[in-house]
Amino acid sequence: MSIHIKVENLTKIFGKNPRAALKKLEQNMSKNEILEKTGQTVGVNNVSFEVEKGEIFVIMGLSGSGKSTLIRCLNLLNKPDKGKIFIDGENIVQYNREDLRSFRQNKIAMVFQHFGLFSHKTVKKNVEYGLEIKDISREERSSIANEMLETVGLEGWGDKNPNELSGGMQQRVGLARALANNPDILLMDEPFSALDPLIRRDMQLELLDLQSKLKKTIVFITHDVNEAFKIGDRVAVMKDGEIVQIGTPEEILSNPENTYIRDFVKDIDRTKIMQAKNIMYKPSPLIFIRDGLKVAMNRMSSHGISSVFVVDRERILQGIVTIDDTIEAIKSNKTLKDIIRQDYFTTDEETYVQDLLPQAIETKYPIAVVDEKNKLLGIIVRAAVLSGLVD
Amino acid sequence: MNEFPEILRFELGLYVDKFVKWLVNNFGDFFDALGDSILWFLMKVDTVLHYLPWWLVLIIVFLLGWRLKKVSTGFTFTFMLFWVGSFGLWSLMMDTLAVVLVSTFISIIIGIPVGILMAYRSKMETIMQPILDAMQTIPSFVYLIPAIMLFDLGRVPAVFATTIYAIAPVIRLTNLGIKNVSTEMIEASYSFGASSWQTLIKVQIPQALPTIMTGVNQTTMMAVSMVVIASMIGAQGLGREVLQATNRIDIARGTEAGLAIVILAIIIDRITQGIADKFKIE
Repeated sequence: MSIHIKVENLTKIFGKNPRAALKKLEQNMSKNEILEKTGQTVGVNNVSFEVEKGEIFVIMGLSGSGKSTLIRCLNLLNKPDKGKIFIDGENIVQYNREDLRSFRQNKIAMVFQHFGLFSHKTVKKNVEYGLEIKDISREERSSIANEMLETVGLEGWGDKNPNELSGGMQQRVGLARALANNPDILLMDEPFSALDPLIRRDMQLELLDLQSKLKKTIVFITHDVNEAFKIGDRVAVMKDGEIVQIGTPEEILSNPENTYIRDFVKDIDRTKIMQAKNIMYKPSPLIFIRDGLKVAMNRMSSHGISSVFVVDRERILQGIVTIDDTIEAIKSNKTLKDIIRQDYFTTDEETYVQDLLPQAIETKYPIAVVDEKNKLLGIIVRAAVLSGLVD
Repeated sequence: MNEFPEILRFELGLYVDKFVKWLVNNFGDFFDALGDSILWFLMKVDTVLHYLPWWLVLIIVFLLGWRLKKVSTGFTFTFMLFWVGSFGLWSLMMDTLAVVLVSTFISIIIGIPVGILMAYRSKMETIMQPILDAMQTIPSFVYLIPAIMLFDLGRVPAVFATTIYAIAPVIRLTNLGIKNVSTEMIEASYSFGASSWQTLIKVQIPQALPTIMTGVNQTTMMAVSMVVIASMIGAQGLGREVLQATNRIDIARGTEAGLAIVILAIIIDRITQGIADKFKIE
């Protein structure tokens, strides 16, 4: 993985004399003190982070935390007062007007919270806008626009006015317009916040779907923790213009940096973030298919469990045996193979805990986590899944 | 002693007087040239309007009314205009219309760029705002004085005074329209690498157009109301008819000319409003 965007010590101040505010920041004055003394607002304060190519990097924070200011620095809609932004190794803060225009035309595109569609243009003309700015011929524009509308599932809507479309559809137009320029980087400023919850969920899934094909570098802004953790490969949490913690959703959930983050993630539904691999145990004890009934009996009683998974030499899962069956079998001289049961559930590593709930409620045995070759990777006990509901 | 002390008297009027005289002395040639070009333009418009056969004008107005509103509107307009003709005021109405059209045209040519500049530069707005307030509140007769001094009597000073009086709405509403374009739309345009000029032409002006057209409509209406007053300095047309009727207490002529102005105003208003509505963004 290579670094695509690298931000170093970025600071943005809103006001008439940013330099004075910068000086005060260096003297460790707080944001509020600076506002009181100079009347200037510190939007982003000394922020550094890196985004890898093809990654979805989510910046999460409450309103006023500086997240929208920060994302607007990445395409210089906001000019930073201090710091550097390297994109493909070039410091874009130093760009002159021409460089900046060509950078915006070719490398980066933005999707807006309230869509930012041009109501005097048709849907198709909206999608063509970036290409029109680049002076691309009419025919090429039209064919690219059609292709993009198809990508976002809006074929046939090109001649409509944006206001005739529902919110979700309007944001698809916004997305198509951003994608039409074929940018490497997609900036998304709370793109789904204005949509109702059901549509929002669909759009999130569709974005992930689209991303798996397009592999863009995406910087995504949201105030919704659940959205951040669902979409983000990595998440940065912002507060008062600063980044408090950066990490994968699991890292942040399991290792919150401070009480602020802990409070933030308190409301989150863990079952939607945690995957099978996060809660599974190492598969022990195990018995091999060639082990006899006695071995199975001993393993279960020494571990104090009532069932155990059976695997072959390559650890391919064969089934499960219970203690009751084993005792019965020993009495009636049956073999291990005779009493193997298949009425357990299996799952793969990536399955979200949320999706395991129905199985956990139904089954009597642990859930087996297997790979595509049916090799046993781990086991999940029912309690681990069901406790997610309470936690 | 409740009187304001004489010693504090500051005769601003004298200085304005001096300024206008200075303008006439030093820029006489410029104003002559300006006056000539206005007159040339006015004559062209006047010639075209007088050249058009009366029935063709009726048909055009009918079509406009029908297309912009509905058939009955077209019929109403045609009937009203026919009425003016039957008063024997057709030619005078065309004189008036020529001054209105030319003044409105000049107002738009100057007013829209000024309005856009105001939206872009807050300093420009700070300067223009009180000037616009003054232009709209100073009694319209006052404009006649410098107009005469700069351009003599006749139709040119009438156009000048009318333009000054009527230009404010188009400036104000252009400014308002440009300013009200949503920030996100402008950001969207810039985010695709558009220049300020491209953003202005492709996004801001089209978005502001309905508001600008409302301004044009109001400017036209103010021009119509001003041409009556401008007749005092030699504008021919319906205004002079009203003025003469007033002087002679001639109720018959006064009524007819007055009605003709009302009809002209209504038709121009409805037509420009209809055009403005066509620019509305659903």
